[in-house]
Amino acid sequence: MRKLTLWLSAGLALLLLAASVHAQQQPLKIGFGMSLTGPLAGNGKAALISMQIWAEDVNARGGLLGRKVELVYYDDQTNPSTVPSIYNKLLDVDKVDLVVSGYGTNVIAPAMPIMMQRNMTFMALFGLNVNSKFNYDRYFQIMPAGPEPAIGWTQGFFDVAMTLNPRPQTVALVGADAEYPALALEGARAQAKRTGLKIVYDKSYPPNTVDFSPIVRAIQATNPDLVFLASYPPDSAGMVRAVNEVGLKTRMFGGGLVGTQFAALKTQLGPLLNGMVNYEAYTPEVAAKFPFLDQFLAKYQGRAVKEGVDPLGFYLPPYAYAMMQVLEQAIKATGGLDQAKLADYMHSYEFDTYVGKVRFAKNGEWSIPRMLTVQYHGVNGNDLEQWMKPGHVTVLAPGDYKTGTVLAPYQENRK
Amino acid sequence: MRNRTFAALAFLVAIAVIAASRFVSNDYFFSAAYTVLQFIILATAWNILGGYTGYVNFGSAAFFAVGAYTTVFLYKAAQPPLPVMIAAGTVVAGLLGLMVGYLTLRMRGVFFAIATLALAVVLYTFVLNWDYVGGARGAYILQPRLVPFGLPRYVHLLYAAMVLMAVLALVVARAIETSFIGRGLAAIRDDEVAAECAGVPTLRLKLFSATVSGALMGMAGTTFPYYLSYVEPSAAFNLSYAVNSIAMPLIGGMTSWLGPLIGAVLLGSVQQVVQVTVSSAWNLLIVGVLLVAFVTLAPNGIMGWIDAWRHRRRRGP
Amino acid sequence: MEFPTALVLNAIVAGLLLGGFYAAVSVGISISFGMLDVVNIAHPAFIILGSYVAYSFNDRMGVDPIVVSIVLSPLFFAFGLLLYRIYYQCFEKRGQESLRGLAFFFGILFITEVVLVLVFGVDYRLVGTAYSSTTLHLGAVDFPLRLAVPFVVAVTMVVCVQLYLSRTFFGRAVLAVAQDQLALRLMGVNPIRVKEFAFALSIATAGVAGALLIVIQPVQPAIGREYIGLVFAVCVLGGMGSIWGTLLGALILGLAESFTSTFFGPSWAPAVSFGILLAALAFKPSGLLGR
Repeated sequence: MRKLTLWLSAGLALLLLAASVHAQQQPLKIGFGMSLTGPLAGNGKAALISMQIWAEDVNARGGLLGRKVELVYYDDQTNPSTVPSIYNKLLDVDKVDLVVSGYGTNVIAPAMPIMMQRNMTFMALFGLNVNSKFNYDRYFQIMPAGPEPAIGWTQGFFDVAMTLNPRPQTVALVGADAEYPALALEGARAQAKRTGLKIVYDKSYPPNTVDFSPIVRAIQATNPDLVFLASYPPDSAGMVRAVNEVGLKTRMFGGGLVGTQFAALKTQLGPLLNGMVNYEAYTPEVAAKFPFLDQFLAKYQGRAVKEGVDPLGFYLPPYAYAMMQVLEQAIKATGGLDQAKLADYMHSYEFDTYVGKVRFAKNGEWSIPRMLTVQYHGVNGNDLEQWMKPGHVTVLAPGDYKTGTVLAPYQENRK
Repeated sequence: MRNRTFAALAFLVAIAVIAASRFVSNDYFFSAAYTVLQFIILATAWNILGGYTGYVNFGSAAFFAVGAYTTVFLYKAAQPPLPVMIAAGTVVAGLLGLMVGYLTLRMRGVFFAIATLALAVVLYTFVLNWDYVGGARGAYILQPRLVPFGLPRYVHLLYAAMVLMAVLALVVARAIETSFIGRGLAAIRDDEVAAECAGVPTLRLKLFSATVSGALMGMAGTTFPYYLSYVEPSAAFNLSYAVNSIAMPLIGGMTSWLGPLIGAVLLGSVQQVVQVTVSSAWNLLIVGVLLVAFVTLAPNGIMGWIDAWRHRRRRGP
Repeated sequence: MEFPTALVLNAIVAGLLLGGFYAAVSVGISISFGMLDVVNIAHPAFIILGSYVAYSFNDRMGVDPIVVSIVLSPLFFAFGLLLYRIYYQCFEKRGQESLRGLAFFFGILFITEVVLVLVFGVDYRLVGTAYSSTTLHLGAVDFPLRLAVPFVVAVTMVVCVQLYLSRTFFGRAVLAVAQDQLALRLMGVNPIRVKEFAFALSIATAGVAGALLIVIQPVQPAIGREYIGLVFAVCVLGGMGSIWGTLLGALILGLAESFTSTFFGPSWAPAVSFGILLAALAFKPSGLLGR
């Protein structure tokens, strides 16, 4: 009888071993929706390429937890109504092991209830202040805006402005009628209050505005010391052109333009960017602070050109890659995919990524803001090469990345 | 079949469908079905004015968004229970339909279409600038933690609500179609001038049609904020609502209540499936090709095909 | 609120420049929808197609995009001929125009957008021209060439179309076919040929308008959707079938947008523009210069 039990147990053990080995050979699936069509698709595709590079790098090193990493993704068309179906499918039908978000508040917010109901740890890509309403303790954000995103996003511009001599008194706020610019402008209003600036113009424009010169003239009529703009790529280009055509006179202009981080606008606007102060996620001037990033960028740039996406990759791509690195390190450290353990680990430790050290605050945002506030200068002509080396971008803030001081007033530095 | 019988049967089917869904174990079904049901309501609603009366509404998104934003407004103001919000959204959208109808239905059909397009833009701009409901920043609508009726997830409740609303829309559409109102609308569609001469109260009927159509479209939008938890104007006023609410009745057939149902289920399901299989721009291409193919090859929609087939059978070899 | 002269003058100039561009974008619809009753809702997609064609040549050979579009307009013309043939065979012949034609063109709108995405990708494209960064200053008024050159080309194109339609035989046949097809046939002209030609002309204008668009702002395949409302609004406001009406309507909307942006707040500009349209429809549905 004992021999039978022994044989049975051995058989069972073998069966279990075979089953677990088989399970381990199942790929580790990471699921997400991403904007591959629609207005934000340029960024979405760039992020996807970065994440694919990450998956290849990880698999080349043997995978995660001994399993091959597989990305399962669907096009969310930059349309929020597709998001619940996509994530329900990923979790219930595709049975992915881990989820991350798509790009932008629009597509992150609709996924939150699903994450909260299933207690999934959710790493998000560049949404402004999504968690302020949900207060979910397993939400994490890879955008370096800091614990109060709208404030952190606009901090750099206003801090630099306050160093001007004499102190500026007035500010004009303008932006597109869309979710990110509206939030950024709220942050700017708070900054104006904090620094005692008087807001002399505070209006927004519809996203498909064709001609911006009436807006710029109306702003000029109020004679502001500072002009803060929050915009998306098409209106960023339109406003920069209008500002140059009208000849805006102010001490500092810029702040929150999305788009000048990409090759398309850098090359087309070229010298029109001179003198403007804006934010960047990365610039060659600070390459020394981000080791290994140039290797990644070289890989990314090769693929991006082939796929017709932003060939510089200074904006989303490093952060999309870093987002996956954080997850990779958390999984390795906790030894598994337990969502609660992952969340705890991510809240408690600092991560070493291609974009430097990453630490999360209690609400899942970065513990310190770290968007770079920069000023463009000396740009000549419309080629791309000048942007790939240092020389045209002065980093003004934050302190540890600073490479120079701001030049004012704006109209004299436009040349 | 009398309308009362039909309504009772339809209601029973609705209960059966909701009960059957309790056996479905994955949530994906519920979110996909929610979208398809939304389109059933929109297509049916659009068809009352478009198919029965012959007035093309380009601004379905405006009525849909009005329903959605009424919910947002009430959520921020008082947080009443869901049925109240649904009723409120329906009424407001209906009033909008009445108002728009009164202003524009005196014009030739094509001008009505342009006016609805203009209306959509004006409403979109208005909502974009209305800070109380979030404006461009968007509004967060949090699903209640505790789901009523003991359902496991809130989306299950939304699904059930949509099933009931879809059935309601279909019952209303059929009731209109088979009543004297429907005959009057058909007369208007075929030849408005002749109908006037024959004594049909065209303006009153058109206003009725516009009000009901608008109300039902608004009803489709009332649960949308809860489904997404975050509403901002460009999502609520999306072009796909206008396109689909025209395409689905066209594909299914515009003369009967069955047409929009078939069209919505078919095109809606294809869109849902394509969205999670063919992961790129091909998605939009398939919709475009389907639209062109159906409209070219099946001029009276699927119902037209079925009718023609029945005709041929009756005539015999 | 003060009305400083310079601000007002500049608002007027900016409005007119913008209006001229809007006229170029809408003149095609004025022909196809206003005169031929073809609800070509895909017209904006063809404009974007024109933008990309101009972009490709500009990117590869450095040729000015507007020149490219004018040189290539016969291609767009031919494309328009083909499209109308298909439309006629499938819809008009069977007498099922408006609604089915509308759905057909919706489908074409999406297909065109997707083809552009697949070929060019989803990133924004811009062009650089010799005059993009120059602004002429006449006293207190600025004329940015980025808007002024498209304005000149646009108005020229619209005037040429109008002259063609009113002075040449074939042009007048187009005006006639809008009024009475049977009478035209009795006069020995094939109305189908005439309509085909007119539609092709409208698509050719779309090609040129596309080049103007990409000179003014960055372009991406999905942008066409934002112009759907505008083109029909301009056409209807001006009066169906009247080219001068289209020009007038476009200028009015351009001025409305410019003044609202300057003095009240840009957010309200679309509401004001379309509000003007709604008011026009309520009081004079045939449009400003329509019959």
